[in-house]
Amino acid sequence: MDFLKYLISGVSLGSVYAIIALGYTMVYGIAKMLNFAHGDVIMVGGYISFCAMMYWELPIWVSIICAVIVCTVIGVIIEGLAYRPLRQATSLAVLITAIGVSYFLQNSALLIWTANTKSYPSIFPGNIELFNGELTISVVSIVTIAVCVLIMVALTFFTDKTKIGKAMRACSENKNAAQLMGINVNRTISLTFAIGSALAAIAGVLLCSSYSTLIPTTGSMPGIKAFTAAVFGGIGSIPGAFLGGILLGIIESFAKAYISSQLANAIVFAVLIVVLLVRPSGLLGKKIQEKV
Amino acid sequence: MKTKTMKINKSHKFNSFDFITYLFIIIAFIIVYFLLSGGKLNNQQVGWIIPVCCYMTMAISLNLTVGILGELSLGHAGFMSIGAFTGVVSYIAFSEAIPNTVLRVVISMIIGALMAAIFGFLIGIPVLRLNGDYLAIVTLAFGEIIKDIINCLYVGFDSKGLHFIFGAFSKKTAADLKLADDGIVIINGAVGVSDLKLPSSSIAETIRANAKASGTKIKASVAKLEGNTVMFIIGAVLVLVSLIIILNFIRSRTGRAVMAIRDNRIAAESVGINVMRHKMIAFVISAALAGAAGTLYAMNMPTLQSTKFGFDTSILVLVFVVLGGLGNMLGSMVAAALLYILPELLREFSTYRMLIYAIVLIIVMLATNNPLLKNFISKICSGIKSIFAKKNKKAAVADNISGGDNNG
Repeated sequence: MDFLKYLISGVSLGSVYAIIALGYTMVYGIAKMLNFAHGDVIMVGGYISFCAMMYWELPIWVSIICAVIVCTVIGVIIEGLAYRPLRQATSLAVLITAIGVSYFLQNSALLIWTANTKSYPSIFPGNIELFNGELTISVVSIVTIAVCVLIMVALTFFTDKTKIGKAMRACSENKNAAQLMGINVNRTISLTFAIGSALAAIAGVLLCSSYSTLIPTTGSMPGIKAFTAAVFGGIGSIPGAFLGGILLGIIESFAKAYISSQLANAIVFAVLIVVLLVRPSGLLGKKIQEKV
Repeated sequence: MKTKTMKINKSHKFNSFDFITYLFIIIAFIIVYFLLSGGKLNNQQVGWIIPVCCYMTMAISLNLTVGILGELSLGHAGFMSIGAFTGVVSYIAFSEAIPNTVLRVVISMIIGALMAAIFGFLIGIPVLRLNGDYLAIVTLAFGEIIKDIINCLYVGFDSKGLHFIFGAFSKKTAADLKLADDGIVIINGAVGVSDLKLPSSSIAETIRANAKASGTKIKASVAKLEGNTVMFIIGAVLVLVSLIIILNFIRSRTGRAVMAIRDNRIAAESVGINVMRHKMIAFVISAALAGAAGTLYAMNMPTLQSTKFGFDTSILVLVFVVLGGLGNMLGSMVAAALLYILPELLREFSTYRMLIYAIVLIIVMLATNNPLLKNFISKICSGIKSIFAKKNKKAAVADNISGGDNNG
C-alpha cells in the first residue's frame, strides 16, 4: 500500500511540475529562450490567490481566477518590456535579462509581502480513504492530477485544431516564413507568454495548497525542477513536458521514500543526466540533424 | 607614429589588449594595496576585497567556458564548492605539518584546484558530449548534485588522520565520526564549516608573537591590517596567475583550436582537431581555477554551508561574464568587481537594493543588446567623436602651420 501512496503523491507532484514545464516548453518552442522568470510567476500566482482569499475574503474560485488574470497580465508585460526588444539578440543576453526579471519579481514580492512565511490555507481539505483505511489520499492530489490532465487535453486540442494554435506551431517552425504567411508573430509570442503565465498561476495555487508555505523564493526550486522536466521530456514538445513532469515527480517521491530524503533532488538530477546521455534531446524531443 | 606603435605590438608575442588587461589589473591592485596597507579602507570595504578577488577569478574562469569554449555552464559554483570544502579540510589537516599560514593557504588552494580539476574531468566526460541548452541543464544538474552531496558529508580530523562519513542514507551526526579526544569536526553535514580560524587572524597573531619575542609591541589593529594585507596579496596573485593562465591558453595552439571548435565544430573536426580532448582541456582548466577561487573564498568565511554554492551563485558569476562581454577577460573582471560592490553600496537602501540591482541589470542588457537603443547610443558617441574630431583637425592645422611634421 505504501508503494501506491508514494506513487500517487509522486504523480500529484509531477502534475504540478508538468503544468509549470508546459509553460517553459511552449515559450522555448516559440521564442527559443529559457524563461528563468517563469518560476517566479508561480510565486506571484500563489501570493495573489493568498491575498484574495485571506485579505479580501473572496471565494476560492474567484481568487484563483484573480491569480490567473494577474499572472497573465504580468507575463504579457514582461514579454513586451523585457524580451521583445531582445528578439534579435543572442540567447545568452535574453537569458540574463530573464534572470534580471526573476530577481525583480522576487524582490518586489519581498517588498510587498515581506520575507515572513505565509501559511497558505488548504483549498481542497480532506482525505479519501480506500481499502478500509489502508490507503489515504488527499483531495488536493486528486484535484491536481485532474487539473493537469484537463490542461494537457485542452492544450493539445488548442495547438492541434484551432487557428491560433496552428499559428503558434508555424511560428515555432520558422518565424520568417510564418510572417510571410500573414501571421502576426509578435502577437502569437505574447499569447504564448499569456498562456504560459496563466498555467503558472494555476500551478502556483496547486503547489501552495499542497505545501502550505509561501515565501518570495517559493517558485525557484519548482521552477528549476520543471525546467529539468521540460528538458527531460524534450524541450519544445508539449507531450514531452507532460511526460517529463510526471516522471520527475514519481522519481522524486520514490527517492524520498526509499533512498534518502536529503539526496532526493540529487537523484532526480542524476536520472536526468543519464537520460540525456542515452537520448541527447530528451525523451520525446526531435532529433535535429546537424547540417554542414 | 602610428607605424611605430604597430611595430611594437608585432614584436611582442601578446596583443595590445592583453597588455591593457594586465596593466589595468596590476594598477588596480597596486591602488587597492596602498589603500589597504595605508589603513584608508573601513572594515566593510576591507571585507569586500577577498570576495571580489574570488569572483574575479570565478568570472574569468567561467568566461573560458562560456566565451572561449562557447558552452553555457550553469553549475560553475559546484567547482567553487569543491574547492572551498577541500581547501578548508586541507587547511586544517595540515595545521601541524605546515606551520606557516601563508604557505598552508597556498597549498590548500592548489589542493582545492586539483580536486576541482579531477571533478571537472569526471563531470566533463558526460557533459561535453552534449551541446547547447542540454549541456547547460546538465551542468546545472551537476552543480545541484555536488551541493546536495556535500550537504550530507561529515569530515573530521584527529591524530589518526581524516575521518569521513556520508550521512545521506541513515541519520548521522558528527559524533559518528568517532574522533579521538584531540579531534576536530571540520565539515558537519548541513551545518557545514563552523568557527574556522581565519588565516588572516592567524597571520596577525604570528606577527604579534614575533614582535613580542623581539621585544617590540604591535597594536592588535595594526597586526590585523597586516594579516588582511597578506591575504589580499594572495588573492591578487591568484587573480593574476589565473589571468596569465587563461590569456596564454587563448593565444596557444590549443586555445586557437578551442575557439575554432566554438566557431564551427564540424569544420574544426574536419581539419583534424580532436574536439572532445580540446573541450576537456578548457573545461578542466576552468574548473581548476574555480576550485582555487573557492578555497580562497572559504579562507575568508568563518562559517560556510554548501547551500551557499547553489544555482544562484552560478548565475551571479554568469551575469558577470555576460555583462563584461563574452571572451573579454578585462570586462569580466571589471563587471565582477562593480557588480559585487554595487549591491553592497546600496545597502543603505536595504530592502530596495536588490530591486535596484535587478532593474539596472535589465536596463543594461536592453541598452547593450537592443538594436534601436544600440543605434541611439552609437549616434550619441559618434556625435561626441565628431566634436572632438573637429578640435583635432584644428590642432592638426595649427601643427602644420608651425611646420612641426615629425611623422615622416
